[in-house]
Amino acid sequence: MDLRLSGAEATAEERAAVDALLDPPLGPRAADDRAGPDSGHEARSRRHLLLPALHAVSDAVGFLSEGALNHVATRLSVPPADVYGVATFYAMFAVEPRAPRVVHVCDDVACGPYGGEDIVTRLTAELGPEGRGEEACWVRSPCLGLCERAPAVMFQLAGEPDFSHAPATPSEVVAAARGTGDARSADAAFADPGVSVPQTRTPRGETLTLLRRIGVVDPASLDDYRAHGGYEALRRAVGLGSSRVVQELKDSSLTGRGGAAFPTGVKWDGVASAPVRPHYLVCNADESEPGTFKDRVLMEYDPFGLVEAMTIAGWATGCERGYLYIRGEYPLATRRLEHAIEEARRRGYLGEDVMGEGFTFDIELRRGAGAYICGEETALLNSIEGFRGEPRNKPPFPSVSGLFGKPTVINNVETLYNVLPVLDTGGPSFASIGRERSTGTKLFCVSGAVVTPGVYEVDFGTTLRELLTLAGGLRGELRTILLGGAAGGFVMPDQLDVPLTLEGAREIGATLGSGVVLAFDTDADLVGTLRRIAAFFRDESCGQCVPCRVGTVRQEEALARLERGAPIGDRETELALLDDLARVMRDASICGLGQTAPAAVQSALALRLLSSPPDPSTNGHRKVTT
Amino acid sequence: MTSAPVMLGEIKRVVTLTVDGREVRVPEGSTILQALHEQGTPEQADTPTLCWAPNLAPINACRVCVVEVEGSRVLVPSCARKVEDDMVVRTDSEKVRHSRKMVLELLASSVDMSQAGDDVARWMTEYGVDADRYGPPAAPAAEGERDRRHAGHHHAPDGSHAETVAQPVKIDNDLYVRDYSRCILCYKCVKACGTDAQFTFAIAAAGRGFDARIATEYDAELPDSACVYCGNCIGVCPTGALKSVREHELREDGDWHPEEETVTTTICSFCGVGCNLELHVQNNSIVNVTSPSDHSVTHGHLCVKGRFGFQHVQNL
Repeated sequence: MDLRLSGAEATAEERAAVDALLDPPLGPRAADDRAGPDSGHEARSRRHLLLPALHAVSDAVGFLSEGALNHVATRLSVPPADVYGVATFYAMFAVEPRAPRVVHVCDDVACGPYGGEDIVTRLTAELGPEGRGEEACWVRSPCLGLCERAPAVMFQLAGEPDFSHAPATPSEVVAAARGTGDARSADAAFADPGVSVPQTRTPRGETLTLLRRIGVVDPASLDDYRAHGGYEALRRAVGLGSSRVVQELKDSSLTGRGGAAFPTGVKWDGVASAPVRPHYLVCNADESEPGTFKDRVLMEYDPFGLVEAMTIAGWATGCERGYLYIRGEYPLATRRLEHAIEEARRRGYLGEDVMGEGFTFDIELRRGAGAYICGEETALLNSIEGFRGEPRNKPPFPSVSGLFGKPTVINNVETLYNVLPVLDTGGPSFASIGRERSTGTKLFCVSGAVVTPGVYEVDFGTTLRELLTLAGGLRGELRTILLGGAAGGFVMPDQLDVPLTLEGAREIGATLGSGVVLAFDTDADLVGTLRRIAAFFRDESCGQCVPCRVGTVRQEEALARLERGAPIGDRETELALLDDLARVMRDASICGLGQTAPAAVQSALALRLLSSPPDPSTNGHRKVTT
Repeated sequence: MTSAPVMLGEIKRVVTLTVDGREVRVPEGSTILQALHEQGTPEQADTPTLCWAPNLAPINACRVCVVEVEGSRVLVPSCARKVEDDMVVRTDSEKVRHSRKMVLELLASSVDMSQAGDDVARWMTEYGVDADRYGPPAAPAAEGERDRRHAGHHHAPDGSHAETVAQPVKIDNDLYVRDYSRCILCYKCVKACGTDAQFTFAIAAAGRGFDARIATEYDAELPDSACVYCGNCIGVCPTGALKSVREHELREDGDWHPEEETVTTTICSFCGVGCNLELHVQNNSIVNVTSPSDHSVTHGHLCVKGRFGFQHVQNL
């Protein structure tokens, strides 16, 4: 295949950014570029560098020009139409010139009513309409995973590091957009872990397991990590032998914490015993479910814990390489993990002879670029491989044919952190906490109308009421709780005694999902929340299959008609229409995104949360007063 | 493998499955759809398909061919799912019919399906499609507007109109047009241009969600792209989104008469490969050239000469 490229040339800056990334793996390029050493099979096998290459350009100059795209296409021997298809898939990339300072304002379910819309209003007045502006511009963003610090914004900057800012005031955001903010000072605002993890405040919760090092350990110091029990689990694992480790995992009944709750030991066993080589490990840190921030908090305050857990997982399942795929909206967690990986490598905890134990394992960090769908495991694999983040048809499952077609273990961040206590205390002891399939402790992301939002760790089986009490109780009178995120459903005030287990949630027709507990008081604009959820799925559908691509559009439209009190036919016709849409999305979509896209809407309708027509005096934008 | 060139084909184990309560035996490695085509009743063999084609690897995007498989929480695409021993398949359940109907209805409400062929029209009637219940269609997008949409952003609708993919036809070359108001995003053209036939990779899916579209890089016009005009994308397009300029003009002028069309099979005279050609003739004039998908040489795909180089026949 010969590439045919337009005449557009990359600028010196764009070339430098791409070459700095690609020269080490591909070798420096010859002076004459168009063909030569970069073409052919050798270069094509590096297609997995496409997303990092696009990031390199976007980080340096703020958008992807045609010339830059041609340069990337040439160096990786990927057709320019394919590169364009990948670049336009991600919300954080722009293929048209864009201001070098971009403010992503979270207007999602947690931040929107808690100040996000005020920031939008102020930015519109100061910088102009969404997406416009020479030096700085602002855009709306789905959940930035900073719900405990609502309202949140993220600055995406050309030529300097990105950073998050939360909680943010409109004035601070405007000032930072105009150039006064930088990553160093913004990161400093995250110094106190007590804000995100209230259980680490004094008096410190004694029973913390997954969160035990948070607020105690210096996230930048490997020595400090070791002084607090770090790498003891890996030593124990090596002492036990890999098959015993897998057996401990099975005995622990640990289930995946990303939402699907698949038994981790079974997954590991499948890959460990797969005859095809090599095996790959993937850590899914693309935490994007609206209302979810637990993985971010773990990675920010205990990054070495994830590095160690991945090393154990890689060793136990026969992987020499692990990919850590983190969402692009997590600049601080990315920095801390990059540092932790580098430190671990420098000190022999990653690399060719890990801890002198004679096995090889290394971690490659990959950044997403704004796509909820890439949290779906097979979409994530495509994204790493340099393709559009479209889910694959299953079977085959990743444990048989995953990354680069090889057996692959994919685990969520929180799941991997759980491996450490399993090895600390042994599988049966881990399994003695909780009940049935729900063993161990669980992190919940509590936000919204509670006194002290944050990540909370409780034993499986704790009731929702106890969890809310732990979070300081409610602010105002409770209307409902969104449990499990946008892909979850609503729980009513008379259901607060539900035990938080997989089984308990299922019994009341709910799901724990990714651990979202978002409380709404009686002042909350529920219809607006539902419309935001519908808009979220319409935006985040990859577009591959019809039920999800068109269904999410029709669902949002029908909800808009209900909100305006302008149904086609009558209200009952619209509810039937929504039900028809929900069924086809649930039954016939390729992946979990489409299958759960109608969940929250259906739950709200079933609980008659939308039974009363909207109050016209509120104009549909009623704000929660804080 | 032995070195002797004896072409007996691979010997395959036979798999037994149950379809709507009846036992069916097909070679291992077959898809459910193949089983329905080869062993099914006339109704089962009439399973609707849009993104499937006999000469392309299963794409599994449209989801109109879904069936129920016992043990699976969700429906499975019959075009892509391989048969397994003791599989229990249902093709006629309410769940299956509902999803098929909704897929066709969602497409009909957002895409111009009027040139998608007789089968599609018949399926829409049989499954009871009512595309009007989503409201009147929104006004077509201005030229290029859909190409510039940014992933993850859209304007909140008020629901008074149903959003569609309607937009002006792209005509930028002498051989074929791209009428993306008719595009159901089945990816067939992308596969035919890429790994399944031509290996030219001139087009790919771009954008995301409902704003996803088939595009060249930066939406360049076809003559500025890698396109070699083999027309294999036209050959696989199920809805008339891609068609020859000739057909487009005849249709625009009201001179398109498929009922009068005759098809003559011949062999391409341009080179020694020996591709079978089917000349589609209306009003004593060649309007399209295709090749049968089961032909051992072409598998339905041609080159620019075979597909478009027929003018000299008319000049005789």
